[in-house]
Amino acid sequence: MQRRQLLKSGAALTGVGMLAARAPAWAQAVTQRAQSNYDRVLVLVELKGGNDGLNTVVPYTDSLYYQLRESIAIRREDVIRVDSRVGLHPELADLVPLWDKGELAIVQGVGYPEPNLSHFRSIEIWDTASRSNEYLSQGWVTRAMQAGVAKRASYSAEGVVVGGADSGVLAGARSVRLNNPETFVNQAHLAIPVPTQGNAALQHILRVESDVSAAAQALRAERFNFTTAFPAGPFGTSVRAAVQVVASQRGKAGVPVLVLSLGSFDTHQNQANTHANLLRQLGAGLAALKGALVELDAWERTLVMSFSEFGRRARQNGSNGTDHGTAAPHFVTGGAVRGGLFGQPPELGRLDTSQNLVATVDFRQLYATIAKDWWGVDSSSVVRGNFQTLPFIKG
Amino acid sequence: MILARVLGALVLMLGLTVFAQAAPTQLTPDQARHLLARTGFAPTQSEVNAVRGMDARLVVERIVEQARLASPRNPAPEFVNQPAPVPFRMLESETQRQEQRRVQMLEGMDIKRWWMTEMLDSPTPLQERMVLFWHNHFATSQQKVVRSQAMWRQHQLLRKNALGNFRQLLHGIAKDPAMLVYLDGVNSRRGAPNENFAREVMELFTLGEARQGSAYSEQDIREAARAFTGWSVDRDDFSFVFRRAAHDIGRKTLFGHSGFFDGDDALDLMLEQPAAARFIVSKLWREFVSPQPQAAQVEVLAQRFARSGFDIALLVREMLLSEAFWDPAHRGSLVKAPVELVVGTVRQFGILRPDPTALVAQAAALGQNLLVPPNVRGWPGYTDWIDASSLLGRKRFTSLMFQPAPDAGQQAMSRIDLTMVRGAPMREAMRQDSNLRFDAQAWLAHYGADVDREPSAASRAAMEAALLAVPATQPFAAGTVALSHLRSLTQDAAYQLK
Repeated sequence: MQRRQLLKSGAALTGVGMLAARAPAWAQAVTQRAQSNYDRVLVLVELKGGNDGLNTVVPYTDSLYYQLRESIAIRREDVIRVDSRVGLHPELADLVPLWDKGELAIVQGVGYPEPNLSHFRSIEIWDTASRSNEYLSQGWVTRAMQAGVAKRASYSAEGVVVGGADSGVLAGARSVRLNNPETFVNQAHLAIPVPTQGNAALQHILRVESDVSAAAQALRAERFNFTTAFPAGPFGTSVRAAVQVVASQRGKAGVPVLVLSLGSFDTHQNQANTHANLLRQLGAGLAALKGALVELDAWERTLVMSFSEFGRRARQNGSNGTDHGTAAPHFVTGGAVRGGLFGQPPELGRLDTSQNLVATVDFRQLYATIAKDWWGVDSSSVVRGNFQTLPFIKG
Repeated sequence: MILARVLGALVLMLGLTVFAQAAPTQLTPDQARHLLARTGFAPTQSEVNAVRGMDARLVVERIVEQARLASPRNPAPEFVNQPAPVPFRMLESETQRQEQRRVQMLEGMDIKRWWMTEMLDSPTPLQERMVLFWHNHFATSQQKVVRSQAMWRQHQLLRKNALGNFRQLLHGIAKDPAMLVYLDGVNSRRGAPNENFAREVMELFTLGEARQGSAYSEQDIREAARAFTGWSVDRDDFSFVFRRAAHDIGRKTLFGHSGFFDGDDALDLMLEQPAAARFIVSKLWREFVSPQPQAAQVEVLAQRFARSGFDIALLVREMLLSEAFWDPAHRGSLVKAPVELVVGTVRQFGILRPDPTALVAQAAALGQNLLVPPNVRGWPGYTDWIDASSLLGRKRFTSLMFQPAPDAGQQAMSRIDLTMVRGAPMREAMRQDSNLRFDAQAWLAHYGADVDREPSAASRAAMEAALLAVPATQPFAAGTVALSHLRSLTQDAAYQLK
């Protein structure tokens, strides 16, 4: 509120200039260096288990959808309409304010050629941005670090993985996993860095010790008291931990990447309630994330993206659930996001030979967009090739 | 009968040339410790002394055979013999359903506590390690299954076949009610089969991940899913039931063979693929030998395993006698799982009056919540066990042994980070007091050291050899008394290895 008034009254000046004149020292530092993108934060939210895209962003005017999903379709009258073809699952109501504000991008039909339907292999493909038939050891975020992000500042950790999330996107980077930043800092004295030595397992442990020591120094901070309420449940808890990490980084080099997760979305059976409950947690969690980041004045410099190993089969199975599938929609949100629908709505009349949706957006297009338009690094080494970017980040 | 088996096995062993020759004929203390740590939990000095100097072949034979024939020492939890609870679907209100779920999860805690007690006392720890291995291999979570009696029965199935026959174990698991619920076989019917079990039984239980040119395709998964239709669970007593009307009797094509296959046929066809034996051998190799299976050795073992009709005891025995197992380069190359760390520490230090509930909770906080694996792949293990959060948790666990007073120890335990622990019973358990005190004076005396004196070089070497599979990474600071040195050995990165 204060900021908006400032912007209004300072018509002759740029908003940034006005803000800097009144803001505390750390915010001034941030503003002065904003050009370098060094304090940008990427929050990745993994929907573990393979989210059912068709019941998340629902093609509610397609009669084929209702034929394929006899007992588990989202009723037309329950859908939160986004346009004349698709709408959101009713439990995603908390995303509506983001959509209305033009801060929510819905990217439809995201997948990759020759899809692999194994949970574990497919998430590895997403984590490493590999082709379907190649095996890479580094996460795609790690490659972005190497492409120039890491050089922006002396980051205390290149990423923080919160709670039970997997660190695949950061494989090979300096990252730490923690449940609660405060507990982490209090216990960090137990880690005593010594030079790397010995076999592969020992080297791994010693690397973790040194990452802990480095991260703990930077995460040490007064606890920030948010007025935002965080939803109950593990995802809400993770969101709270994530924003405490962001809060602890004010005026410091910071942590450029946070990874959260929610699940399990592996809804082979009786999926309706499970899926509704998960989407409610997702919507409420993202809304709280925004609330808290706005309090920290960090929403404008944060980008949030969902990802998942795959979507689910177009036709439901006989147990009121859905089996592993391919393409699915994903969400991107943040103060710098250009909201709207991207990609093509699902074409249920044009399934592949295994009766799955055909991807119309490659997941590496999302990564390339983040690399190029968010971090401003060369995307070709991040996604290992040329993938067309999508205009979901404001220029 | 037992004698005949042992003799039979010995005859078989003498026939094994390449493998048997690699094993030492007189175990050094280090070799004895390696064998015991890899086939059980961290051994005590007296366990090491009992086998040093012996022929490895005899010791391996005894370890495997005794584990194969072992039975539980503690009486089963009470709920096991009580009548089955009212079926979930017949409960009328949400409150009743929640209450039943709560009771079932509490009974699940009884299973974990029972299992932990077995692990703490067992004179045949290989049995427990194998049950852990199969629990991880055929991962099934009570979070989804809920029914505690089904979890108990599955646990007993794993226990009974842990060193038995893999074919029998696989067929048993495929018809196991807890697994049928966990991987959605229960409601899989002809016309619209549920693919969950069919996919995971190939990818995770028998053949490994599908790659180009591998043993199976998406089409095989679909066909196998048809073969398994009708395998279900009686919702009243939670027993296996074959629902004829739901079974797809049509012709299926699996791995290039065509026929009117049912689920048992599908499993047998999987085991006929050479990839099956290789997959199981490689996984056991990573459990017992080294993080990187050697392809040529795996091939030899896989062929013997398949030829034996999938005799698990035979495979484990051969693996323990292999050259690679005794290769000093593989010493300390594996990472202790949380349960191994917790149980091993308690056993090796002779912790006084360990509390199994608190230890179950401790292992859960370190990433291994028994009966609740993270997903069907189980715990990935090896270096995945260690990240910033779990490493700090492991170090804090061993530091509790050195708390000056029990009160302080209790406080430290109650500071376990509960945020990621699901389920009220587990959170409850975590709040319980834990007492990890041991008789430091007596322990150190084994190694010629005294609590509050600086240990001699010989004492230090003996303590280090007893506790660490590779040299310590932290240097010894002159003037450190033995108790502090002991603490720092348990805080060393090397303490996490086996």
